[in-house]
Amino acid sequence: MKKRILALVLSMVMIMGLLSGCGSKKTSGSDSKVIKIGVFEPQTGENGGGGYQEVLGIRYANECYPTVDINGETYKIELVEVDNKSDKTEAVSAAQSLISDKVKVVLGSYGSGVSIAAGEFFEEAKIPAIGCSCTNPQVTKGNDYYFRVCFLDPFQGTVMANYAFQEGAKTAAVITQLGDDYSSGLGSYFVEAFSKLAGEGAVVSQEQFQTNQTDFKAILTNVKDANPEVIFAPSSIATAPLIIKQARELGITCPIMAGDTWENSTIIENAGEYAEGIALSTFFDDADPANAEAEKFVKGFKEYLKKNNQSEIIPAVSALGYDSYLVAVEAIKKANSVDPEKICEAIKSVKIDGVTGAISFDENGDANKDMAFIKTVRNGEFVFLKTVTVSE
Amino acid sequence: MSISTFLQHALTGVSLGGAYALIAIGYTMVYGILRLINFAHGDIFMMAGYFMIFAMAALPWQIAIPIVCIVTIILGVLIEKVAYKPLRTAPRMSIMISAIGASYLIQNLATYLFTALPRAYPEIPFLKRIFNFGSVSASLVTFITPILTILLSVGLIQLINHSKMGMAMRAVSKDFETAQLMGIKINRVISFTFVIGSFLAAIGSILYFTDRMSVTPFSGTLPGLKCFVAAVLGGIGSIPGAVVGGFAIGICETLLVACGYSTFSDAFTFILLIIVLLFRPTGLFGEKNIDKV
Amino acid sequence: MKKQKKIAYSLILLAVTFVLLFFLEGNKSEYGMAYTVIQKGIILAVVAVSMNLVTGFTGLFSLGQAGFMAIGAYITALFLIPVDNIEGVFYIEPISPTILSMKKAIEAGPAWLQPLIPYIALILGGLAAALCAGLIGIPVLRLKSDYLAIATLGFSEIMRAVISSPQMNRITNGSYGLKKIQGFDSIIQTFCIAAFCIALMILLIRSSYGRAFKAIREDEIAAEAMGINLFRHKELSFIVGSFFSAVSGGMLAMFMRSIDSKTFSISLTYDILLIVVIGGIGSVTGSVIAALLVTMSKEWWLRFFDQPLSIGGVEIPLFRTGFRMVIFSILLMIVVLFYQRGLMGKNEFSWVGLSKACKKLKNKLVKTSKKGGNAHAE
Repeated sequence: MKKRILALVLSMVMIMGLLSGCGSKKTSGSDSKVIKIGVFEPQTGENGGGGYQEVLGIRYANECYPTVDINGETYKIELVEVDNKSDKTEAVSAAQSLISDKVKVVLGSYGSGVSIAAGEFFEEAKIPAIGCSCTNPQVTKGNDYYFRVCFLDPFQGTVMANYAFQEGAKTAAVITQLGDDYSSGLGSYFVEAFSKLAGEGAVVSQEQFQTNQTDFKAILTNVKDANPEVIFAPSSIATAPLIIKQARELGITCPIMAGDTWENSTIIENAGEYAEGIALSTFFDDADPANAEAEKFVKGFKEYLKKNNQSEIIPAVSALGYDSYLVAVEAIKKANSVDPEKICEAIKSVKIDGVTGAISFDENGDANKDMAFIKTVRNGEFVFLKTVTVSE
Repeated sequence: MSISTFLQHALTGVSLGGAYALIAIGYTMVYGILRLINFAHGDIFMMAGYFMIFAMAALPWQIAIPIVCIVTIILGVLIEKVAYKPLRTAPRMSIMISAIGASYLIQNLATYLFTALPRAYPEIPFLKRIFNFGSVSASLVTFITPILTILLSVGLIQLINHSKMGMAMRAVSKDFETAQLMGIKINRVISFTFVIGSFLAAIGSILYFTDRMSVTPFSGTLPGLKCFVAAVLGGIGSIPGAVVGGFAIGICETLLVACGYSTFSDAFTFILLIIVLLFRPTGLFGEKNIDKV
Repeated sequence: MKKQKKIAYSLILLAVTFVLLFFLEGNKSEYGMAYTVIQKGIILAVVAVSMNLVTGFTGLFSLGQAGFMAIGAYITALFLIPVDNIEGVFYIEPISPTILSMKKAIEAGPAWLQPLIPYIALILGGLAAALCAGLIGIPVLRLKSDYLAIATLGFSEIMRAVISSPQMNRITNGSYGLKKIQGFDSIIQTFCIAAFCIALMILLIRSSYGRAFKAIREDEIAAEAMGINLFRHKELSFIVGSFFSAVSGGMLAMFMRSIDSKTFSISLTYDILLIVVIGGIGSVTGSVIAALLVTMSKEWWLRFFDQPLSIGGVEIPLFRTGFRMVIFSILLMIVVLFYQRGLMGKNEFSWVGLSKACKKLKNKLVKTSKKGGNAHAE
């Protein structure tokens, strides 16, 4: 009897699944003039939080610009979201599901590792992808179909090294995450740049930790022993508060710096007063909109965040998500076609004034950006400090 | 490495070891009685972390801690009733798969309910007070953990050696079937074992997470496996063994990371396991077990 | 049923499979999702069968599959990254010169060699894993069930740590992983390799060795009394299982095109265990069917569980990210607790069995016209 009931329940679930599958198809199939844009972002896993913020930016952009005109016909833009779970294995099938859904452009992802993994498949399917905040050089290198709207890790590493040096630090410690392209890449660029500025041996301690590690006391004790004047610890949002709090608990008082990932309100929530004084580089500053588009975005997006029960601080990645969407729409307009290859060609020559500044692409497919914003935390809020420009 | 750095490392290691020891006791007791690696134990520990987050959101810590302990105990016993009890006569492999399945389920359920994002662990103010001794600095919880661990394990040993339930537990772990024939209510003994194991996991979870400050659905997996190794190292079924094993692994791990081999800190635990199993399968304090046909 | 009839049926099935695969290959862009998922299912089938060989047929509960897969994957990947791309892949530290010169020598080799390289790579990966398995098997296989499980699990974690350690940067690219791996030519190639591997394992299981394995599974002491050398047979099963796990790992590397050590974590082993348990511990065909079913439903059919869903305008609150995996873990528990046989139990697929099942189903359908939905589990 037990088995019968179980079988019945299981079959009900299956049938429900089938029904709902049909149901969702109907809603999407009703309008024939639709162009699909894929959103390839982590919504769970290690980078789930950042990915979600990027998705919010893209969704908002879609709300602002829901249509595009191609050949005089108005196409509705439909977002197809998949979750790559911050995992390279999942990323492959997630990418594949976008490709088989016939998206014309892909936006994302947060986290360089998944973008690198999926890049091969987008290239093979000849679908252009626009990265929002994947800063590792390997994402676009050797891949003609991957573009990005943010700056790169070598640039970011140099910026932070410059900033640390300007603030008077002569020695630095670097803490990076093993197996994370973003963290270890950025860390090594920082080491390179800082050694050049402050001399060989200025990086007094280089420590590494593993994914999902929560206990940083041992490596931080080593850092404390080396007594650096600044700590550079690029890492995910998940680990950042742990590093900050445990460092302060061990009595390390020197400033802690990191890259763009740290601009996230959850870090302040989790690390509390310990977060005061951390410094980071980022893509965007909502207090000082660069152009009209940005002004409009800051105003509208704050409302949008409130609607989605988020805190009202605009994360830079949301701004990048918004920008990548703008680039995609502009490219579709320019290509005047729904053919992914033509869109890809068009992206190369796109020039727009995005929220994060003017965007155009170089031969690698990277945005020409030469400015980063340095922010710090004061009284539980991110505060803009200065802009740093580096001529390469 | 200077003296103060060494002391700092030692302190971290001992504190970590204390939390490990509390979890390892849960493994060693369940294994002693059911001959089963309770793969879900690490996840019970993780769930206790989430319970604490929700309890502290509404209640002061004095009330939250007992509530967390009770809810964790309920979860532990529930897992035993649902996943292990129906399989008591099934082949060993099915029970192990069921244990892995339970662990898989709890992890996925936690991911679903609480998302994979790390949640900040609430601070119990007096535990977080920071003490400085020269250049060594640590919060109160770091000092309390090992002391509390030793107190609890001494209490537990007394319970097992001098109470009726303790006697029943010893009898069941010696010989399951004979104990049953002697009129011992097996299911009650097993439930009681899970009660104690989960209670210690809850205490361990409070100490561990207070020190580490964030909980994710996967933060129980590795500590869980390591604590099982600690239990094996100390001799499975032996409570003092589990405590010693827990401290040993905590200290070794910290020292390895301190020497810059953080990649190998997890691997080391397992190498240790294989070595122990090869040269002294009964662990440091385990009794020699004769295999019966 | 007559023998000729059975053979005819089997041939038809094979032909249908090939037609289907050729169709998929021809319409790759049209059916991209099916293509990918079936390919992944085929690859996982190999490792599921190899796990079944060790766990289901020999009774050794080994959880080291992910570690062996990692060995196979990394060796295959090293062979299959084109020399031109090496520099871009090893961007943190350059690749060790020995490997580079070896790769160059292979690339400069005769033209007939080039198409064979993937196969050579897979075999070499398998052999390396088999060697590892042989070495660690000597101490580990003396252990009893739970200890064996945790020791092999430990081995796979050690393997992962070694691969991702900075000291291995020049060989495995440390924790950054390998990418730009040359993929499969077509799904037919994937299918043929997998079919060949599984056929070899079936042959082994049907041989006298296989019967010895089953004897060990049922009762070690009795088996020993019958003159079966326990250690030698356990070691053989473990080595063969590891060999094919590694081949499957290599195939996974070719499928994913980029790998890193995180791919081969404990959860991969658990996923394979899920397949084996659902398929039936001790059934090769069960593992194959379950590998395809589980992969397809996990990656494709049941994806909608993760999306918010509304039926008739009412938002159903259960459906959000992560729900899919909850369903799968509940399914695993249900199978373990209630259907310990899994899909196939210890039986293999046969036409006779199928016709019996059909008749049974028919009878059932006549009796209760509603409850047919899950009859394949019977």
